[in-house]
Amino acid sequence: MKLPFRGAVDCDIHPAAPPMSALLRHMTDYWSDQLHNRHVDRFGFTMTSNNPLLPIHGRPDWKPKGGVPGSDMAMLRTQALDAFGTDYAICNIIHGAVALFNGDMASAILGAFNDWVAKELLPTDRRLRGSIVVSLQDPKLAVAEIERLAGNPDFVQILLPSLGEMPIGRRIYWPVFEAAARAGLPVCLHAGGLYRQAPMGNGWPSYFVEDYVTQSTGFEGALVSLLAEGVFQKFPDLTFVLAETGATWLPPFLWRQDKMWLGVRTELPWIDRIPREIICERVRLTLQPFDAPSDPTLVERVLDHFGTDEILLFSTDYPHWHFDGEDVIPEGFSPELIRKIAIENPYATYRRLQKPNIATPAASELSV
Amino acid sequence: MNQDLLERATARPAATRAYIVDCDVHITARSAADLYPWLPACWRQHVEAIGPHVRGGLYNQEPHPRMMARGMRADAYPEEGGPPGCSLPLLQRQHLDPNGIEFGMLIALGRGIFEERNQHFAEALSCAINDWQVERWVDQDRRLVAAIIVPQEDAEFAAAEIERRAPDARFRQILLSPKAQEPLGRKRYWPIYAAAERAGLPVAFHPAAMGGGHPSAGAGWPTYYLEEHNTFGTIMQGVLTSMIFEGVFERFPNLKVVSVEGGFTWAPSLSWRMDKHWSRLRAEVPHVRKPPSEYLRGNVWFTTQPMEETRKQAQLRDVIDWLGWDRLMFSSDYPHWDFDDPRYAFKIQLSDEERKKVFSGNAKELYGLP
Repeated sequence: MKLPFRGAVDCDIHPAAPPMSALLRHMTDYWSDQLHNRHVDRFGFTMTSNNPLLPIHGRPDWKPKGGVPGSDMAMLRTQALDAFGTDYAICNIIHGAVALFNGDMASAILGAFNDWVAKELLPTDRRLRGSIVVSLQDPKLAVAEIERLAGNPDFVQILLPSLGEMPIGRRIYWPVFEAAARAGLPVCLHAGGLYRQAPMGNGWPSYFVEDYVTQSTGFEGALVSLLAEGVFQKFPDLTFVLAETGATWLPPFLWRQDKMWLGVRTELPWIDRIPREIICERVRLTLQPFDAPSDPTLVERVLDHFGTDEILLFSTDYPHWHFDGEDVIPEGFSPELIRKIAIENPYATYRRLQKPNIATPAASELSV
Repeated sequence: MNQDLLERATARPAATRAYIVDCDVHITARSAADLYPWLPACWRQHVEAIGPHVRGGLYNQEPHPRMMARGMRADAYPEEGGPPGCSLPLLQRQHLDPNGIEFGMLIALGRGIFEERNQHFAEALSCAINDWQVERWVDQDRRLVAAIIVPQEDAEFAAAEIERRAPDARFRQILLSPKAQEPLGRKRYWPIYAAAERAGLPVAFHPAAMGGGHPSAGAGWPTYYLEEHNTFGTIMQGVLTSMIFEGVFERFPNLKVVSVEGGFTWAPSLSWRMDKHWSRLRAEVPHVRKPPSEYLRGNVWFTTQPMEETRKQAQLRDVIDWLGWDRLMFSSDYPHWDFDDPRYAFKIQLSDEERKKVFSGNAKELYGLP
């Protein structure tokens, strides 16, 4: 069904990454020379997990002719913002520099990229908000980048790929979490991986569809890592947003953690409460791709399994193809829940967002 | 906690009627020497002169140490010595008799054949384990049935071992590790599935590769046992995803797969997610002709332990309704620490019909038990 009101916060949209040629001017001479002379600037930085050719990554009517999905900002404004009556949309731009092994190079490219986002992308529409993209090759550099940009209120979170080099809760990454917490910025783990290792514990699957289906198992690994390592206790004010994960895997995951924790809690004395309480308080999931069948009765049962209406955040995942038309809300969501996920939960999660006082000048009409 | 259970368990009288099929009973050799009667001389020598060469950093314990008694029930250590699961009289006294086990499926994980890098040694060991488990266990207690152990990385050898053992009714399924060198739908494993289908024997996957093979969490290796334990479920999801999208069930439509000790409440969510993404990415996998959920519903069975406990009772019923009451089979995981007692495993009230299916009927039908 459609969103029955205006004013939603879309917590996951994907403008295309800019070409490297647009980033060179945001770098030091050393790095622009390096990238130019090494011909790094002649190619895109497309992650395998974000292949723009896949039908799932570009809805047919959302693809610009001859361009990468999400690269035409006029289309994006009409289709992703106006069409849904969105007040804010959080741009999660997937930039492949996170997969570089050279942490200095990654940091130079991503620093330029973040500046491009701040100076050239976000000013094009006041509804857009940004995510600070950092590489975790050298956590110290990530901390410096967060500190450099935290003062810009247009950045509302830190963006990391869900499958990194090590489980995300490991202590080596804690300085990054500390910087995020200090800046009051949630950390968003977005579907996708560096492919430092096989994306499933079984090895390298053959097909993209397998990578995509098993993303949720990577998110299970990330969540149980954050939980087990004690990140939620160490950083009590830090929220984690899991983007583009699907959602229905979460209740079975929580049931399993609750039971296991009772059996093994002496291993993890810092976990002071039943895991579901911690995770429901501290973790948020974006809506699309919502992975239940289109049976409203079943969807109602699944929603009951979550045991909370605070965990989901509205998202279109534009320009990815998970629904047609403007039917972004699965059948079976109650009007109260839609209001929670589209407005209340995002504003509670992203404290930097201020509800606008004036109506957005969007063009399209929404049927109620 | 373990010790309290010990006193209760030993005090319990034999069940008046055996009616339960337990799909996950672990046995192990007291030592490698137990296998010597079936191990050729050169391999007996190999055991003594070389020993195991496994895929993990440790071979005599887990890199994620278990919380108690090395993952065993502390009361399951035989008085005469040896590891839990090496004594038939104790298994009978502690589990089969008091819990009313009519049939118990043996899952012989011991001696690390799934992790052994020397394939020739793994082949010799697996054949010896197969002889040992029928002669020392099944023949001594007719409640027990066995799973054929095969070295899965050499699929041709594995298929030959399946063919050799299949006519022997003491074997009722084939056991594989869910963590192989490659995802288990890949073609290199198809000779195993062809042999299994021909023999009419289900293929069971049981977590076996503790700390070996590919990093278990998808993003590296976890730190704690809590995390390692969660991978038993995610890795099983990987097995089913791989088998379905590689077209294993299109090629072998009568192949039956059992997911043991991987959990089951995630299965409906997995099947919905597979259907959703398949509908967008069908062009990539034209050999997958039906919605993936249909293969999962038609070809896959699940065992119960470690029994997942939902927040509300009705939620577990939802999940089993979606999964299919004909696809769930009781398992205890004796003698492991998280053993499920059949009397207390289910927190929901089951109807007589449901109880009969889950505790006996489904497994008897799948394994052709009388």
